[in-house]
Amino acid sequence: MTPENRAAYWKANVRLLVILLFIWFVVSYGFGIILVEPLNSIMLGGYPLGFWFAQQGSIYVFLVLIFVYASSMNRLDKKYDVHE
Amino acid sequence: MSNLDIWTYAIVGTTFALYIGIAIWARASTTGEFYVAGKGVHPVANGMATAADWMSAASFISMAGMIAFEGYGASVFLMGWTGGYVLLALLLAPYLRKFGKFTVPEFIGDRYYSKAARIVAVICLILASITYVIGQMKGIGVAFSRFLETSYDLGLYIGMGIVAVYAVLGGMKGITYTQIAQYVVLILAYTIPAIFISLILTGNPVPQIGLGGHYAPSDGAMTLLGKLDQVVTELGFKQYTTQVMGSYLNMFAYTLSLMIGTAGLPHVIIRFFTVPKVSDARYSAGWALVFIAILYTTAPAVGAMARMNFTDTLMKQKETATEQSGLAGFEPQPYDSLPAWFKNWQTTGLLAWEDKNHDGLVQYYDDTNPETAAQAEPLGWKGNEMVKVDNDIMVLANPEIARLPAWVIALVVAGGLAAALSTAAGLLLAISSAISHDLLKGVFMPGISEKAELNAGRVSMIFAILVAGYLGLHPPGFAAGTVAIAFGLAASSIFPVLMMGIFMKKMNRAGAIAGMLSGITVTLLYVFQHKGIFFIPGTEFLMPQWGMGENWFFGISPNAFGAVGALVNFIAAFIVRAVTAAPPEHIQHLVEDVRVPRGAGEAVGH
Repeated sequence: MTPENRAAYWKANVRLLVILLFIWFVVSYGFGIILVEPLNSIMLGGYPLGFWFAQQGSIYVFLVLIFVYASSMNRLDKKYDVHE
Repeated sequence: MSNLDIWTYAIVGTTFALYIGIAIWARASTTGEFYVAGKGVHPVANGMATAADWMSAASFISMAGMIAFEGYGASVFLMGWTGGYVLLALLLAPYLRKFGKFTVPEFIGDRYYSKAARIVAVICLILASITYVIGQMKGIGVAFSRFLETSYDLGLYIGMGIVAVYAVLGGMKGITYTQIAQYVVLILAYTIPAIFISLILTGNPVPQIGLGGHYAPSDGAMTLLGKLDQVVTELGFKQYTTQVMGSYLNMFAYTLSLMIGTAGLPHVIIRFFTVPKVSDARYSAGWALVFIAILYTTAPAVGAMARMNFTDTLMKQKETATEQSGLAGFEPQPYDSLPAWFKNWQTTGLLAWEDKNHDGLVQYYDDTNPETAAQAEPLGWKGNEMVKVDNDIMVLANPEIARLPAWVIALVVAGGLAAALSTAAGLLLAISSAISHDLLKGVFMPGISEKAELNAGRVSMIFAILVAGYLGLHPPGFAAGTVAIAFGLAASSIFPVLMMGIFMKKMNRAGAIAGMLSGITVTLLYVFQHKGIFFIPGTEFLMPQWGMGENWFFGISPNAFGAVGALVNFIAAFIVRAVTAAPPEHIQHLVEDVRVPRGAGEAVGH
């Protein structure tokens, strides 16, 4: 593996991390804490939306994030030919 | 023996026989099997075991009770103890698996080319793990003594014996398979009562949907959360869906501290060394979170429904009540007519009633709220008579409050024990590997044989059980603060150096050591300042005259301070790194190698 290739693989990895961690931050700290009051004026069924993000929604999004990360990384590994 | 006792003995006995049977069947014979289960564990199985490892008595017994009485404020536990898995999966797990060693201090020692760094990491690890395990031992003792009707001490000895048998014999291989069985027991024990209660209260069997559903007794006129908000505010309590824990800033720091503490707790991190490949480590964190999320998304429903049932049992709302009737819209119930669970829990001292106005009725409201207190006057109420309602009883009492059958109640007991035992075993393994592998083999006796190392691991595990058991017998004021400091310590010491070790090629030995020491010191000082030096009562040293009163640092509570400690760790590491020599060439190559999955072979210890 050339050093350029290695650097490109790492850069793609870090870009993916930044995007996923941005979403991680927004759904928990953003929707669940910072913006909870305005979001609570919207109802999701019987849930105020901010409350739902804090106690349910953020957890579901966390799950999606990890599986998206795992499958994207598998693709990235193959693309750069570093898979096991 | 009552019907409930028979069910409890039968279910607890059967599950324990199962755990011990599995431990004997999967006995470890090599250090590889002992520490990391020979790296042959499938990601789904590993995820399930990680979930059991992770969810302790605190998750199983305490959390829903905290949610019941803290409402929205308790969201910090829900987000904090799940969001940490995102950090683990994205920032640590695959790289540490690629690195291919047995323990967290081993990574730190190699990455920072320093035995001193390794020893500092071992100390942080042991401090965090042992404080955590004392809480589990205490939980085991309480659960045994309460339900097998023995003394607390005897309950604790029984628990220590059982932990010793399967943790010492089985090592990681035994623990992993036992934990899968424990996960199944604890998740059934948690969800079955929740499904029953959700059906009764909302007509929907899925608690996650039921919590957002309609309150069945109101014939669909109100949502469950709307009803709960209305009932608790009329009784003078804070509105359930909006009550804040401290301040929003405190909640932010609290959540962050629990998240990075999760990603820095060694007994969770080593789970990702047990899978065959780097890509498996990524998926394994996801699977662990799937199994954890089943409990964590059920917990808010358990909490809210328990609060609803509990309040409704004590204070019946009158048919004629309107939104303006306030306290007068409730009818306190006569003590003599209350169900048996009320009196059972009274005998434990965790629930206490005092008939202040001598009318034989139970008045339950918030008398610290001036508006409500004013409404109580004309009714002849002399204050809140529920002088003690301990959060921790809610999960155990919940099935009784909802009048579920005896076998469901017995199952909850078995679930609580499974949660406490599995976590205790995982922590003990982390402690024993830190001592035998990192201290003995890594630093003091490099020539030790595999067999001797394995035995040293077992001896140190027994030693750890005795220490934790002793401290559990005579807890030196350890309580809720114990769990908080375990997370704070992990967050402020281990997580930052692991992350910098992978993402910053130029982070060096001096920076890492300075970071760990300053992070852990700042956190310890703030916690000790509030809760006493090593939690010994009377040694608190808050200094209001110097502007250091309760939660003096921007209103952040000591439980949430790990986030600040971690920040200090990062900053100290950056500053020290800037003025010291860069790491040697081969270390920078090592970091580059860790970043690429190919070539992850069997883990080797050295």
